[in-house]
Amino acid sequence: MQPLGGALSGAATSGIIAKILKTSAVDGPGNRAVVFFQGCNFNCSYCHNPETINYCDHCGLCVPACQYGALGMDEGLVLWNPAHCADCGACLLACPKSSSPKSRRMSAEEILNELSPYKAFLSGLSISGGEACVQMGFLAELVKKAASHGLPCLVDSNGSADFSAYPELVAAADGFMLDIKAWNKAEHFALAEASNRVVIKNLHYLAAAGKLYEARTVISPGLFNIEETVTQSSRAILAGAKASGKMARYKLLRYRPNGVRPAFKNKLLLPDPELMERLAALARAEGLKEVIIT
Amino acid sequence: MHPALAVIKDGTQTYQQKVVSLAHIGEDSISPLKIVPDVQGLLDSGVICNLHEGNAPYRPRYVVPDYELFMEKGSEFLGLEAPKDIWEATNSLLILYRHVPSITTFPVYIGDLDKLLEPFVADGKASYQEALKAISLFLLQIDRTINDSFCHADLGPEATTAGRLILEASREQNNAVPNISLKYDPDLTPDDFAILAAATALDVAKPSFANDRIYRPEFKAMGFDDYAIASCYNGLPKGGGSCTLVRLNLAKAAELAKSRKDFLDRLVPEIVAAQLAYMDERVRFLVNESGFFESSFLVKEGLIKKERFSAMFGLVGLAEAVNAFSDGLRFGHDSGADAFGLAIIEKISELVAAHKCLWLKANHGRYLLHAQVGIDSDKGVSPGCRIPIGDEPELLDHIIRSAPFHKYFASGIGDVFAFEPTARNNPAHLLDVVKGAMKQGLRYMSAYSSDSDVVRITGYLVKRSEIERLRKGEASLQDTSLLGKNAVDGLGVLNRRVRS
Repeated sequence: MQPLGGALSGAATSGIIAKILKTSAVDGPGNRAVVFFQGCNFNCSYCHNPETINYCDHCGLCVPACQYGALGMDEGLVLWNPAHCADCGACLLACPKSSSPKSRRMSAEEILNELSPYKAFLSGLSISGGEACVQMGFLAELVKKAASHGLPCLVDSNGSADFSAYPELVAAADGFMLDIKAWNKAEHFALAEASNRVVIKNLHYLAAAGKLYEARTVISPGLFNIEETVTQSSRAILAGAKASGKMARYKLLRYRPNGVRPAFKNKLLLPDPELMERLAALARAEGLKEVIIT
Repeated sequence: MHPALAVIKDGTQTYQQKVVSLAHIGEDSISPLKIVPDVQGLLDSGVICNLHEGNAPYRPRYVVPDYELFMEKGSEFLGLEAPKDIWEATNSLLILYRHVPSITTFPVYIGDLDKLLEPFVADGKASYQEALKAISLFLLQIDRTINDSFCHADLGPEATTAGRLILEASREQNNAVPNISLKYDPDLTPDDFAILAAATALDVAKPSFANDRIYRPEFKAMGFDDYAIASCYNGLPKGGGSCTLVRLNLAKAAELAKSRKDFLDRLVPEIVAAQLAYMDERVRFLVNESGFFESSFLVKEGLIKKERFSAMFGLVGLAEAVNAFSDGLRFGHDSGADAFGLAIIEKISELVAAHKCLWLKANHGRYLLHAQVGIDSDKGVSPGCRIPIGDEPELLDHIIRSAPFHKYFASGIGDVFAFEPTARNNPAHLLDVVKGAMKQGLRYMSAYSSDSDVVRITGYLVKRSEIERLRKGEASLQDTSLLGKNAVDGLGVLNRRVRS
């Protein structure tokens, strides 16, 4: 286990990884492994894995919360021993900084070695977060190496990095899954504490390049103008499809309180099934072929 | 109360179930088999078990008719000519099913249905609507009259119109019967058909996936041109079947040994020899004394042949036997424990392969190994070589650890996985898992969604709603509902780890 630290962007031979799933049914087509990057430049109220937002600063507050002896301090650094970890989540609850003592610095080779026994089961690798683009140099390296190992990559992103500036990454990736949190700029800023200017640009760019696999919007009533967001996103997907000949899917996700920070949990509303159906109908009426409610 | 009177007064059995129960009591009122005291002792203690097969074998346990021949020639005994359209085809099959013997009275194999029906629906022989109606009524009749979910239909490996219609109708009807297997070969089964199968499995817990690349060459090498999957997941020669299935309870046997070495070197050879002797005696009576093969019209018309009958050497509770001698290390998690498990199976496989039954010609008289799924009275005994429920590793690790055991069990072994309902949005996920599993050497796997009404108990299917009916003291149409209820209570089969 290496302690964390060091460069987070630019060319990198290792990245900070929150978690690796060997199998997932919900992160792209077929069975996919998922690598979650640590660190996010948005701070969305409905984030369901807020422990991936910030980097661990080794304050050590999580150490006494662990009942299994999986956490310790060594020369000022928090150390996590996966062999003793029961995955109970107590350390994440104890962390006041939306981080996790379980993130690891790993090279692309280490990640691919960990996944190699499972390759026969996988359609590919999805890279999620946190936000994958926060570690852009490492992201590009991992996508290229994974693809050459026979694991084509989908990148799940909040769209905050301008992908048109990273043509090698776009070429190496099979596609992107892009979050459209809100169409209206002010609403987006209120929800995610960040602008959506580049997000919208990316939606148009990736769709037109035939690299948008999926756009997705989390639905929580009252948080933003949902109808506007669904309609405008659908139109952008459709316009891109006309240019590229490939139409992305649009996934409408019900807001779910699982994992959401207590400060936000009680303020957010769950959508009723009728609203979800109405929004899907709206997207289909715009001309989208594949609209998924989940 | 006399057991027969208890059956007569049982309010949770249907009339048909009572008739079968009374027949079993009648059969068990005689003891024509010659059983030596040592073997009888092991039978009495449950180390060896005949799985309710009865005292006087008067029919093979698993009959796998050559339905292709029946479709080609009809049946003189039944007064049926070869069918000419989809209505005659489905009607003829339903008639024949009534006459296929088994332990339950219900057929355990009802044919490679897609292949049997395809000539009557392909190339515009029937309209889509007519074909769907005929197949839907056919499947409905099966579920409502073959009231036992050990009834098994096979599909594949090629995609067919009939196969698609069977999957569509099964999904629509949401019934427990028949059990279905898709014989899967990635080179022969197109992805769109396999994905339809996967989607159907996530809705109604069937079909399961049988590794055609393992089964087909293996049965060819034994001298059979074709095989079928019958009952739970039993691979058997087509046009024949299995005279008997007897099982060894390794969990129980472990209690009789002092150490790993004592278990493997002394006890295993002893109990394997005892089970082989008991199986020989059952086969001898069936073949030489019962007169079955001389009197059955299925034999006379060539739908089954004596020389295509083998017998199944079953076993259960490997995990518990391994764990009993592993000092806290667990089967399915620790490589040393798994290696001991493999050593046990390797030894049993060698002992069984070295034995020749004098009365059987199939596979030169050698019995086929079968990882038995348990019976409803089992408690704390895992099916076959399965990793215990409640102690299952992550999905892919589970498959990788299970796969090495599958090659030994020509007449059946399988793993069952429960998936999160969200997997329904992505049936290609399940197909990827199946593809990977088969590359690892898995012979057979089943999947269902954790919220389905139809669920796989151990190898057979039961509706949760039917189990609830029994809990209320009411009768259930399928005799397997009771077995399912007891397995839910005794083995916790609905507590399988849910895979996301």
